[in-house]
Amino acid sequence: MTLTAIIFAGILTYFTRMTMIALISRDMLGDKIKAVLEYVPSAVFPAIIFPGIFINDFGTFIEMNDPKIFGALVAVIVGYFSKNIIATISAGLVSYWFLIFVVFN
Amino acid sequence: MLTKKQLFTRGMLDISPHMLSVIPFGIICGAIGVELGFDPYLVYAMSFIIFGGASQIVFLQLLSGGASSLVAVASVGIINSRHLLYGAVLSEYLEKLSFIKKLLISYVVVDQGFAESNKFFKKNRNEEFLHYHLIGTGCTMWVCWQIATLSGIVLGSFVPEELGLKFAIPLTFIAIVVQDLKKLDHVIVMITCGLSSLLFFDAPFKSYIIISPIIALFVAALLLRLKK
Repeated sequence: MTLTAIIFAGILTYFTRMTMIALISRDMLGDKIKAVLEYVPSAVFPAIIFPGIFINDFGTFIEMNDPKIFGALVAVIVGYFSKNIIATISAGLVSYWFLIFVVFN
Repeated sequence: MLTKKQLFTRGMLDISPHMLSVIPFGIICGAIGVELGFDPYLVYAMSFIIFGGASQIVFLQLLSGGASSLVAVASVGIINSRHLLYGAVLSEYLEKLSFIKKLLISYVVVDQGFAESNKFFKKNRNEEFLHYHLIGTGCTMWVCWQIATLSGIVLGSFVPEELGLKFAIPLTFIAIVVQDLKKLDHVIVMITCGLSSLLFFDAPFKSYIIISPIIALFVAALLLRLKK
């Protein structure tokens, strides 16, 4: 029964991926819509970033002194100047670990 | 003009730094599924059939928490509905492909692959075999995701929980959008989306993940109008 649900979830997910690529042609999207679509990365990814930082595993808000906020700020600064993905992720993780294992321990 | 192979390799290279966060997250996903008491084969089947990161965890958590299959399936659909936006952006570059190729390539469209391929497409509009970059990012992600979730299923959570490696996921997306902080309009759109996602976090079926981008895109449309 779980397998059936997985298959349905998979079909649904595949349709979310395929619909716009396979069924929409360029003429169907006007210039205005295309201009708005330029913002898709900036309009979507913060919905993954913000809850990942500010909401904990139990679905509640973290304290304002949570190490994740500091780690995220370090990642933003390092990312902005280094333009390097690995440096951004590592800087965020290392500063987060520094706080939870060294400072708050 | 770059060859198909060069574009594919470029795609692989462009997405590979993200594996620093994707691989630990995949291991965690696999391990959680088994810990929640699901058949290991089913947990793995999800990586193949759904192939959708966080939506796989949500699906299993809902089922193990007693939610109906319908609720679990609907939640996966809503979480993954953001792909509709990625597809709308990519459709412009994939237009020349045959219908069958479009159907096949759709299976490997993922967040990070979309982000990196979209950046590449914008700078290299005139390449003939542009889609090979997307195949490169997508296939790299697919292989790493299968291996990572499978290792999590077989070996359990050998990534210590204390490390808090789930935090690598927001970091990977910070790395994707951080250069757009130079543009004020993008900053406004990002803040709108981020704050909306916190405000609507408790909305049913995890729908914050699509509600907040829609609000943010409305703000983007308003900004475009103001700019004129």
